[in-house]
Amino acid sequence: MAGTQETREQVAEITGEYKYGFVTDVEMDMAPKGLSEDIVRFISAKKEEPEWLLNWRLKAYRAWLKMDEPDWAKVNYPKIDYNDTYFYAAPKSQDKPKSLDEVDPELLRVYEKLGIPLAEQEVLAGVEGARKIAVDAVFDSVSVATTFREELKKAGVIFMSISEAVHEYPDLIKKYMGTVVPQRDNYFAALNCAVFSDGTFVYIPKGVRCPMELSTYFRINAENTGQFERTLIIAEEGSYVSYLEGCTAPMRDENQLHAAVVELVALDDAEIKYSTVQNWYPGDKDGKGGIYNFVTKRALCKGKNSKVSWTQVETGSAVTWKYPSCVLAGEGSVGEFYSVAVTNNLQQADTGTKMIHMAPNTRSTIISKGISAGRSQNCYRGLVKVLSGAENVRNYTQCDSLLVSSTSAAHTVPYIEVKNPTAQIEHEATTSKISEDQLFYCRARGLGEEEAVAMIVNGFCKEVMQHLPMEFAVEAQKLLGISLEGSVG
Amino acid sequence: MLTVRDLRVSVENKEIIKGLSLEIRPGEVHAIMGLNGAGKSTLANTIAGRDDYEVTAGSIEFDGKDIKDLEPHERVGEGLFLGFQYPVEIPGVSNLNFMRTALNSVRRYRGEEDMSAAEFMKLVRVKAAELKMDLDMLKRFVNVGFSGGEKKRNEMVQMAVLNPKLAVLDETDSGLDIDALKVVADGINAQRNNDTAILLITHYQRLLDYVQPDVVHVMIDGKIVKSGGKELAAELEEKGYADVA
Repeated sequence: MAGTQETREQVAEITGEYKYGFVTDVEMDMAPKGLSEDIVRFISAKKEEPEWLLNWRLKAYRAWLKMDEPDWAKVNYPKIDYNDTYFYAAPKSQDKPKSLDEVDPELLRVYEKLGIPLAEQEVLAGVEGARKIAVDAVFDSVSVATTFREELKKAGVIFMSISEAVHEYPDLIKKYMGTVVPQRDNYFAALNCAVFSDGTFVYIPKGVRCPMELSTYFRINAENTGQFERTLIIAEEGSYVSYLEGCTAPMRDENQLHAAVVELVALDDAEIKYSTVQNWYPGDKDGKGGIYNFVTKRALCKGKNSKVSWTQVETGSAVTWKYPSCVLAGEGSVGEFYSVAVTNNLQQADTGTKMIHMAPNTRSTIISKGISAGRSQNCYRGLVKVLSGAENVRNYTQCDSLLVSSTSAAHTVPYIEVKNPTAQIEHEATTSKISEDQLFYCRARGLGEEEAVAMIVNGFCKEVMQHLPMEFAVEAQKLLGISLEGSVG
Repeated sequence: MLTVRDLRVSVENKEIIKGLSLEIRPGEVHAIMGLNGAGKSTLANTIAGRDDYEVTAGSIEFDGKDIKDLEPHERVGEGLFLGFQYPVEIPGVSNLNFMRTALNSVRRYRGEEDMSAAEFMKLVRVKAAELKMDLDMLKRFVNVGFSGGEKKRNEMVQMAVLNPKLAVLDETDSGLDIDALKVVADGINAQRNNDTAILLITHYQRLLDYVQPDVVHVMIDGKIVKSGGKELAAELEEKGYADVA
């Protein structure tokens, strides 16, 4: 029945299956499959790393061997065979491009499809008064293009791949890497420490307000490649930076492991705003394929009155295991977590945050919006912890779940541990099903069913979306609509 | 404009409309009156295409086209509007965004370009002013925290913005004080012209003091049992449904 097949494909095209499911034909430089000390040495040698870093990796690898994969999250997936995974892949084409002109045009086309026209952004940068976004595009394991570097340099901002930073700023890397998320923090963090391929390093000097939004688009391309990114952002006293990470991956049948580590350090009066829009391949309707997103993200509010704000819109990945957290160690520091997590078909998400109040007068806000469609599982898991020495702590938590289908599930698992009686902790939670009346009202005003769902869901997420930088809020809104396509009924 | 023939409708396997015919021509205002449970709202929902309202027999033609199998939004695209008895709240979605999305969906259905934000603002300001709606209300979330009267006023503004060929207004007058009732009547009268038809569904004569219908129908137990001129409404008021039918 060729005709039927063709029809199915056309329908799939129209209804917008995963939009970014294409594969780029770039020659890859790969390490052999599997993980061993030799592979760790291979990766380190490939990157011409100093001895101290190789030792750091090996220490992590040996710790990882003795650790167990966590099983407490409300997610199910077949056991990962770490010996059947590539731990290093890099595009072969270039030796360190100096400008966009030197970048493999095939790569640039990938970003164009993703809607990140690097070249155009450079042109835009010349427009007076236009807001600028610097993009450090990560193609699989190696950064291939960094824009606006010159302008940032003038401001004293360092924005480069972490492998470069290892060579250029070893003291900063040595001082901070692994201080927020220790090597042995958890299984996936330890794995990342052993085999991390590349990532982003940002340093904002004292008193500097970063002149543009910094942005990284991650992209996983090679088949069976684990992607092990590391991000380290340091905001010195009185500085400010807004950072956005957006992720898309092409369609693949095999599951791909992503185990990233993100560490943020905010010193006195510094502020870091970290936004994520994640739409990695979620697998097909039957749960085949998709990304495993096992990520450790943590911020240390080290200085007085420092502030870190996590905003995430998570629509992709087959399995998500992610808890961007704040350790509020500086007096009067502030942690915020704004999250939208959408799951459709057979996606599973176990996500939330941890707010650890160590110092007096620290405050935190958690707003979480979970949307479950299809046959998906969506779980909010969060911890609010107040240590005994922390006076006058305040926390406000709001967890709302919206069920779009009757076959999906929403779970809320809040942990609250308070060891100081002066703390004020508030927790609100709601779960509701998308209302037939709302849907019909929208449809009776001319909106198609999917458009109606997207509109209602966007309204539901409003409080979170408004925390995204303007440039990405519109994109994120569209993404919610795309992610929920085919979810009605 | 609208031709309903021998319509039978079931909801959850229970027959509510039991053989109903109705003909509305362009420019006409019809009122359907009847007691609770007569099937008036079922008729409105069926014309608008709500799920679970199953047409078991008969036909609904709109502008010469059978719309029975069209999705609700497609019917809106064809020029139909349903005013709700209980307008629904949509938290987080501003009234302006809602109306603009609705209008552009309809325009796209008709193969027209989206209306620009500036052009839309111009249009909506004019319509809101005509219906004495505060601009602040346009910025608020759809119907959230609106009083009963404000919700109905909002329905009228939406109708004016979408500018339908046929508006079916389901008990738009219910629960309104006299000032709000006048606003609704103004909205209906503003929409009334040679091309637009209006179907009012009501069980009070009250609204008909402000909107003069061309035809009044009496509906009892899923059927239209009597039709006449506007004097029929007065007769109903006076004698009650049992005697008129």
